[in-house]
Amino acid sequence: MVRFENVGLRYGLGPEILRDLNFQIPARSFQFLTGPSGAGKTSLLRLLFLSLRPTRGLVNLFGQDISLLAKDEIADLRKRIGIVLQDFRLLDHMTTYENVALPFRVMGRDEASYRREVIDLLKWVGLGERMDALPPILSGGEKQRAAIARAVIARPQLLLADEPTGNVDPTLGRRLLRLFIELNKSGTAVIIATHDITLMDQYDARRMVLHQGRLHMYE
Amino acid sequence: MSRIGDEQGPLMDLGQERPQVPAKARNMSPIVPSGQIAGRALVAVVAIMTFLASITSGAVLLINASASEWQSEVASEITIQVKPVAGRNLDRDAQAAADAVRGQPGIVEVQPYSKEQSAQLLEPWLGTGLSLDDLPVPRVIVARVTPGTVLDIIGLRGRVAQAAPGASVDGHRAWVERMRSMTSAVVLAGIGILALVIVATIISVSFATRGAMAANKPIVEVLHFVGAGDRFIANRFFRHFLRLGLQGGVIGGGIAMLMFGFSESVASWFSGTAVGDQFAALLGTFSLRPSGYLILAAQALVIAAITAAASRRTLFATLNEID
Repeated sequence: MVRFENVGLRYGLGPEILRDLNFQIPARSFQFLTGPSGAGKTSLLRLLFLSLRPTRGLVNLFGQDISLLAKDEIADLRKRIGIVLQDFRLLDHMTTYENVALPFRVMGRDEASYRREVIDLLKWVGLGERMDALPPILSGGEKQRAAIARAVIARPQLLLADEPTGNVDPTLGRRLLRLFIELNKSGTAVIIATHDITLMDQYDARRMVLHQGRLHMYE
Repeated sequence: MSRIGDEQGPLMDLGQERPQVPAKARNMSPIVPSGQIAGRALVAVVAIMTFLASITSGAVLLINASASEWQSEVASEITIQVKPVAGRNLDRDAQAAADAVRGQPGIVEVQPYSKEQSAQLLEPWLGTGLSLDDLPVPRVIVARVTPGTVLDIIGLRGRVAQAAPGASVDGHRAWVERMRSMTSAVVLAGIGILALVIVATIISVSFATRGAMAANKPIVEVLHFVGAGDRFIANRFFRHFLRLGLQGGVIGGGIAMLMFGFSESVASWFSGTAVGDQFAALLGTFSLRPSGYLILAAQALVIAAITAAASRRTLFATLNEID
């Protein structure tokens, strides 16, 4: 599903922050991405999400060399990827329901075809009572759950999550992990970037460890 | 690769916990909120530009119509001047010249001015009680040409000169040519002003669009995250700008049309007065024809369309930069 070959990344004329990345993400796989702060976890996620282009090497996503893709094709590929960012990126003028339903709106689907699904998912992540609330009045944990719900609602083939349990209590953290595992069992490849050892210990999965710009895999 | 979502059932099973769907939870908000676009300023700019463009076009149409009226009036008239020549009878020469003009094909009416009528014409400058016997004042003959006829001026000049050696024929050609070139200059100036107005509109709209995109960059980024293409995002902004352009066009064009309508009323109030008559002589009836109002309405729509097109172009350029 994802193949990186000799991939390197630098910002501008600065030093290379990701070096010689060689790995594959198989379909339906589950992995944690970890490493010290500043190791490049977020940059790697952005490479995987196609919001950054590598300065060298080959990135192959869903069987396509991304260096050959036009902008519209990249947008189409992104519809198959869900992403949860540390800063949530919710739209403040939209309710929680509308934020979560946004991927379906962008796909041009009729609201009647997904309304029940969005409401069920919001209930599942504990936001059943906050569907009509605007993000500015949500707590950090609620925002995070809304962001996760938005990332998974369209059941992407690849889910990228940057510290998805960073702002929630351990109980909800476990529940969210269960959601990711359920999603993975239904066929989505999952990559969770995290510092949380407790979270990683709860599920036996491949670990990708970034250290000094290089990636080490622990099966 | 087929989409997983197409093959699977619900993501999670809530069993008995399945909630009743609340009535309020639905998509009500626009993806790009209109309040975040500096709409009022842009509507004002487009309205002002449309107003200026409409005033320019209206003025050009009025001048063009008046000039055409003058030209047709002047071109349908010729003047024969019979000067006194020593040893010849001026009245007889004037009569002979008038007869020669009457015999010319294409002439429908000949009006020789008698000695008394000529004295009346000179009254404003020389006062009353004037005796033309003491002055070498020429006689004037005014002839009307059948509309649409090309008169043989050279032939007429020859015949008139033969009948009355002191007579000359003025076809007003030089005056008509001068008026034609003046009208063309006014039309060209109008087109130049219109072009400047359109360029200024495009620049203003481009700035406004860039500002709106900058203010809404977080929305654009989120839309990119959820897989929206540039066309989808641009269309969300484009609707706002099209609406703003139409609003500005209707306001600016509407005010200009009202102004022309009002000016027409003012001109009619003054008609019959000395000022009104002078004004009417210079600018005609000062009224736009219905086709003129249609042109102004079409122009307002064109400016709205230009606003939309300029914003669309800027939207795609800015989206390329953001990505």
